[in-house]
Amino acid sequence: MSKYLITIGLETHVQLKTNTKMFCGCGIAVLDREPNTNVCPVCLGYPGALPVMNREAVKLTVMSGLMLGCEINHVSTFDRKNYFYPDMSKDYQITQQAKPLCQGGGVTIQTPAGPKRVRINHIHLEEDAAKINHYARFSGVDFNRCGTPLMEIVSEPDLSSPDEAMAYLLALKQILVYAGVSDCNLEEGNLRCDVNISVRPEGQAQLGTRAEIKNMNTFKGIYAALEYEIARQLATVARGGVIVQETRRWEPDLGETQSMRSKENAHDYRYLPEPDLVPVALAPEQVAAWRAALPEMPAARRERMMAEYGIPEYDAGVLADARENADFFEAAARLCGQGKTVSNWFMTEIMRLLSETGKTITECPLTPAALAELVVLVDTRVINGPTAKELLPELFREGGMPDALVRARGLGQVSDTSALEGFVEQALAANAKSVEDFRAGKKAAAGFLVGQVMKLSKGKADPQLVGKLVAEKLAGLA
Amino acid sequence: MDVSTLTICEAASGLRAKAFSSVELTGAVLDAIEKRDAELNAYLSVDAEGALRQAAGADAARAAGADGDLLGVPVAIKDLINVEGQPCTCASKQLLGYVSPYDATVSAKLRRAGAIFAGRTNMDEFAMGSSTEASAFKVTRNPHDLSRVPGGSSGGSAAAVAGGEAIAALGTDTGGSIRQPASFCGCVGLKPSYGRVSRYGVTAYASSLDQVGPMTRTVEDAAVLLQQLAGCDARDGTTLDLPVPDYRAALRGGLKGLKIGLPKEYYIDGADREVMACVRRAVDACAAAGAEIVEVSLPHTEYAIAVYYIVATAEASANLARFDGVRYGHRAANPRSVFELYAKSRAEGLGTEVKRRIILGTYVLSSGYYEAYYGRAQKVRTLVRKDYAEAFKTCDVLMTPVAPTAAYRIGEACDDPLKMYLGDIFTVPANLAGICGISVPCGATAAGLPVGLQLLGPAFGEGTILRAAYAYEQEVRA
Repeated sequence: MSKYLITIGLETHVQLKTNTKMFCGCGIAVLDREPNTNVCPVCLGYPGALPVMNREAVKLTVMSGLMLGCEINHVSTFDRKNYFYPDMSKDYQITQQAKPLCQGGGVTIQTPAGPKRVRINHIHLEEDAAKINHYARFSGVDFNRCGTPLMEIVSEPDLSSPDEAMAYLLALKQILVYAGVSDCNLEEGNLRCDVNISVRPEGQAQLGTRAEIKNMNTFKGIYAALEYEIARQLATVARGGVIVQETRRWEPDLGETQSMRSKENAHDYRYLPEPDLVPVALAPEQVAAWRAALPEMPAARRERMMAEYGIPEYDAGVLADARENADFFEAAARLCGQGKTVSNWFMTEIMRLLSETGKTITECPLTPAALAELVVLVDTRVINGPTAKELLPELFREGGMPDALVRARGLGQVSDTSALEGFVEQALAANAKSVEDFRAGKKAAAGFLVGQVMKLSKGKADPQLVGKLVAEKLAGLA
Repeated sequence: MDVSTLTICEAASGLRAKAFSSVELTGAVLDAIEKRDAELNAYLSVDAEGALRQAAGADAARAAGADGDLLGVPVAIKDLINVEGQPCTCASKQLLGYVSPYDATVSAKLRRAGAIFAGRTNMDEFAMGSSTEASAFKVTRNPHDLSRVPGGSSGGSAAAVAGGEAIAALGTDTGGSIRQPASFCGCVGLKPSYGRVSRYGVTAYASSLDQVGPMTRTVEDAAVLLQQLAGCDARDGTTLDLPVPDYRAALRGGLKGLKIGLPKEYYIDGADREVMACVRRAVDACAAAGAEIVEVSLPHTEYAIAVYYIVATAEASANLARFDGVRYGHRAANPRSVFELYAKSRAEGLGTEVKRRIILGTYVLSSGYYEAYYGRAQKVRTLVRKDYAEAFKTCDVLMTPVAPTAAYRIGEACDDPLKMYLGDIFTVPANLAGICGISVPCGATAAGLPVGLQLLGPAFGEGTILRAAYAYEQEVRA
């Protein structure tokens, strides 16, 4: 059997982070809201209701296009896509067909063979459909979500494996989250995918007949669907069968794709320019202003943070990967002026706490100011390292400022020589054996004695000072 | 009190002078409806209780010092404009039982101005028709000859005003639906320029053509009512943000120095001789009163009907898709599938003319036909628009017949839709071009049937056509 090439293209639907729906004043519904409580005549498609353009959604789409290197159409139009289904209140969807907001562009992904450019065909803006819930004897339509702004990023068929598709989606997600365009929260359906797949024998220029798999909303599902579908198509051609052009549905419970409709039964969407919306005209100055306001992308940020804070490449890379982590780190580093120390705290203690709690840094009460203050408290020797390490989880869980906690609990380290000398005497008297050992040349015994002093001070002694005092005392005895 | 000839301006004077209260005025209108509507069938529903309550409120407001030309004046509303809490059947079985959950912008504006919503007028179903015979509920009769149609689609509004059952009314005009019934019934009807009046809350027939306008007894009343309706609306992106002139002040300019254009394509054989004679007399009288008459040409007029029935039906096929029985309106009993629910609900709920236009519109948008029909129609539409732009370089207003005939007999044109479509030949082009027009009575046939004179003005030239129509009405016609 000859070798086959796999071709994959993705249509990625991204829910934009706007305050209101695409064409009306309704808010963006949270998942557990009572059905049909986040609706109005516009998103319910009542007689006479008209759409009004959400300018913020236009801005976020254009910003995405700018980050992905797209051309921005300075005049962009909307169209009606006609189809009868209960999830669309007007029985047509307002979308962009003839003149989308963004065209061209692409994403660079890492593959085992090196970096690869995945081209984007276009990005358009549209409205989301309602959710249909099926019950035993009837179905219900919940319009809370209907009309939510969706940006659809359509790739060229440049991907050749499920791994590349994953890399593409992760790269896309990182850029969109970074720009604050979308939360890309998969559990909440912020990011959904349709995929197009075909196979063809190596050496054949023309792409094979494609199947489209609709509406997957987990990375795992997309990956599994791609694997299944590739295997299905390869098996079909291997036994001399023909791939038919069709739309298929991923059934996660069965772990297989199933045919929804063939090309012959494909919808004729009868696209029509949307007469209720005037074309969106974007002044070049407006686009330029949005371009200027774009956030720094992860790779550039990593380089800058290495230079600016003197942190290692690895640390900078990990921090830059998630915008909220980098933002937190930079805020704290700027407050205390000790980037390296802040980075150490973040890379070890905070990362551990984040993974233990499963939260993101913006979801916990710990503030950059609190971390910066903690670093300063250690640096100025108000508290010692172990005390700081004990305080951090509390700040992480409960919030608050470390200085206040230190004062309230008297956690400040003891740096008063006269106070510590008493503990040193006490420790030496109680551990004559260790003193003997030291005199006999076992220098390690000094460390044990320092530990005993720390214990007597209930951990609050300045360890450096204790070390010095113990050493002096032992030297005096010698 | 005799309300059968009362104008808005007279009613306002009477209310100001305390000659009568709004409750008395509204009561008189309700009495007139009670007395005459069994014969005329102008109204689909009357809200006597609500109207009297509103009237009492208006009287209280006036007693408290409020004033306004419409404060306490009943206005009849065409049954496709949403008024919160009232039915809005669009003369369709599909919307029987539907109660508006919201006010159209024009309704909200009239409500704020203190107008009383006494009742809802009959129309061709979803405004599709030219005789009001396509109403699913009743056939409205022409007050001047009960065996004849009132015109359409705003036939109920025209008959109510002409028949003494309303002081003024709102209509909508997509291809002549205000002007033609005004002509048939002998009242004044003004179609504003596209974008002058908000369409929000006005059940859409053809979104790029529909406009709401006043239907009144006098030109001055039309100016007064338009003043309240006009203006940019944030809920309708197709309204233009242009200042609204003082239309009443614009009335006083006279005919002297005005250049009146006669488009030769509108003075053709085939139009009724008596109708043309009335129009000719009006033109001559205007010339005698100081207007300058020039001949102009609108060469693409002959294509207007074809273009209209492609553009309007295409938009309608999408606009009317929402009447699917899922969220409101008629729902077929016991459907076996969601598609049967659609098919049966629409088959049962929608009338023949509506179905004819939906099918036509669906066809012209279908894959493979779009360019040949819709695409080409849009190009010709641009040419029609250019025709007018060219004509208005040499004249201020155009003076033409409104319709090729006076009111015809009920049932006479029903079996020949094409013939009825051609009756819109003089009104349709203005909608395609987005310009404004007014129909003002200019005499009658030997049988006593009213004839209307149409004055067309450039986009947002309402002031000019009102001035010309007022001068004709006040100085020339007398």
